[in-house]
Amino acid sequence: MNFAQFTLQEQGVVILAALVLFTSFSLLAQTRIIACIHAFAWQGALVAAATAMVALVAGQHHLYISALITFALKAVLIPWVLHRIVVKLQITREVETVVNPSLVLLAAAALVAFSYYVALPVEKLSTLATRNTIAISMAVVLLGMLMMVTRRQAITQVVGFMSIENGLFFAAVVSTHGMPMVVELGVAFDLLVATVIFGVFFFQIRQSIDSLDVDRLSRLAESTEEEEQQDNHG
Amino acid sequence: MNALFATLLIPLLGTLLMAVVPRCRIAGWVNVAFAAATTAASIVLALEIFESGPLLSPGKFFYVDAFNVYLLVLTAFVATTTAIFSRPYMDHELAQGRVNNRRMRLYHAMYQGFLFTMLLALSTNNLGILWVALEGATLATVLLVSLYRTPESVEAAWKYFILCGVGIAQALFGTVLLYFAAASVLTSAEDGLLWTTLHGIAGQLDPTVMSIAFVFLLVGYGTKVGLVPLHNWLPDAHSEGPTPMSAVLSGLLLNVALYAVVRTKMLVDGALAAAPNVPQPQLAGYLMMAFGLLSFLVAGLFLHRQRDIKRMFSYSSIEHMGLMTFAFGLGGPLATFAALLHMTLHSLVKSAIFVTVGHATHIAGTQAIDKIRGLIRTQPTVGWGLLLGTAAIAGFPPFGLFVSEFLLLIATMQSWPWLTVVLLSGLAIAFAGLFRNIHPMVYGNQPEGQTPVKANMLPVYLHLLLALWFGLAIPAVLAQWFDQATQLIAGKGVL
Repeated sequence: MNFAQFTLQEQGVVILAALVLFTSFSLLAQTRIIACIHAFAWQGALVAAATAMVALVAGQHHLYISALITFALKAVLIPWVLHRIVVKLQITREVETVVNPSLVLLAAAALVAFSYYVALPVEKLSTLATRNTIAISMAVVLLGMLMMVTRRQAITQVVGFMSIENGLFFAAVVSTHGMPMVVELGVAFDLLVATVIFGVFFFQIRQSIDSLDVDRLSRLAESTEEEEQQDNHG
Repeated sequence: MNALFATLLIPLLGTLLMAVVPRCRIAGWVNVAFAAATTAASIVLALEIFESGPLLSPGKFFYVDAFNVYLLVLTAFVATTTAIFSRPYMDHELAQGRVNNRRMRLYHAMYQGFLFTMLLALSTNNLGILWVALEGATLATVLLVSLYRTPESVEAAWKYFILCGVGIAQALFGTVLLYFAAASVLTSAEDGLLWTTLHGIAGQLDPTVMSIAFVFLLVGYGTKVGLVPLHNWLPDAHSEGPTPMSAVLSGLLLNVALYAVVRTKMLVDGALAAAPNVPQPQLAGYLMMAFGLLSFLVAGLFLHRQRDIKRMFSYSSIEHMGLMTFAFGLGGPLATFAALLHMTLHSLVKSAIFVTVGHATHIAGTQAIDKIRGLIRTQPTVGWGLLLGTAAIAGFPPFGLFVSEFLLLIATMQSWPWLTVVLLSGLAIAFAGLFRNIHPMVYGNQPEGQTPVKANMLPVYLHLLLALWFGLAIPAVLAQWFDQATQLIAGKGVL
């Protein structure tokens, strides 16, 4: 990859993509819930900016609309809703403990390397200037999953989920200049409904276990059934 | 064409209407009426397809052929019979105070919404919309799983939402890769997600990208099918929601997810077969066989240690979905025919079982297997329904599942003789697991003070009779139909 051959705008896309990946790392490292939501909003804004930049580079006008929807949904609306819920549930000051934070970040770095490896054959096929960012979008998806695995708070898990969605959208933009409009609108609609349902869920979870720590949601695990059985026999 | 629009618009209208009907006593009937109208429309559509072949709508947005039209009819039919059961069942729950009027409204609106998303997923030609509709089906049902607001049901719904959401996100990534592969072949990328277009150019698609895409799609949609090791959400979600929901989730939604996997497998097979020197042209089939067999065996073992009757039958669903995934992976006309037949019969029998289980839990007042006893003594219709349903799902001879499992065994014997041993032992394990739990529930001494409940067993007997009929003699029309679908998927038919 030779950066000197890129035009200024293409370099801009690459830099924005790098920043998107950086926000993924900061999401993983951030333990304060509010700060996590802010990092997520930044990620949404950066993805939207990168999309607009791709639209400029490739002259794809429908991507401006996608960028606008992304900005409205992922940089403004969803963070705002999450922020309000955090305030309403009075957990603004809550800090989450992450087990082995350095190990998590090392695993994240390994995942990034892995996505570059998987994306190689895909990149070979592409003629777009933005093709080397496909690996980054895949890494954002995988880091979002890692975040969901390592976090225990329902809200940070949702942030991880939405960050996966950011990665998927970014993948579509950089690899094929976005999906057909009807599909993009459908995905955005699903995301909107999901946000509403997540909102409802926070309150339901809070009501049922008096906390948002999903580790305490463990009544249905298979292992507890065994313990119950032992209790009954003993 | 009109029949297709009617099939989709009726449940959509139903969703909107049910959200505003205030009295739930009427809502139950309206629910049945909408589902029945959808079934009628889908049957008209099926007859049209049967006479004039595959239908591609003018905007290329919908595509209905022999494969998905029978799933459309099956989905609408099972949704109707379940709605018939749901009306008195939910009235009972309302009387018990487990739900209130507002939640009943949500329940009915989402029942129709769920039906709509499934039918949309089945009939669309656009793989992106297929994803959107399947995710929509998750969203429509997730609040129904937590309808009772018990800690268990909230936990189940949360797990369902998160695991399925993450899983299906992988499928979207796979879809993006598919689009990418198509865009590098097509001149105008706009059509790059249409299944008909993709199927036409499958031979030119890049095999490496298609393989990577299929892995993502299989993991994504496989989560929704309930394939081990991505099955964790399924027993919870299917056991904690209201029983009519369990019936349609187990009987229908799993089919739709498997349908998505099979459609994409057809594309990947086309791409890999046409490309020179691919190390593993059967990759998609092998992956499906491995995942399917693993699910089949693990779920069979888990049947033995279940203590909740609905959880037990959820594991049985995983087991059967594993078997079908294995059969589709095996490929070839006979295995594909068996898989299609199995899909139909599993839907009919499993939804019948859940309806019976719903009545059984009302009789016993609990879902715990140790507490349900003496059903035949208390209420013979329910007891016998449960016994016969379980016999049918375990693959006993007069019922249709015996035929489909037998066909699958023959197909396996032809191409992978050693796996027949594994399949047979798996079937025996599952059989033992079901009956060791069912036996004391239907026979056994009834606890004191156990009284019969008002039960509507019509859907159960209708479904079981159909399963029996398919087992004794598959009607010529249907056999013809399955054969057409087999030709589409496997290249040639069996008849």
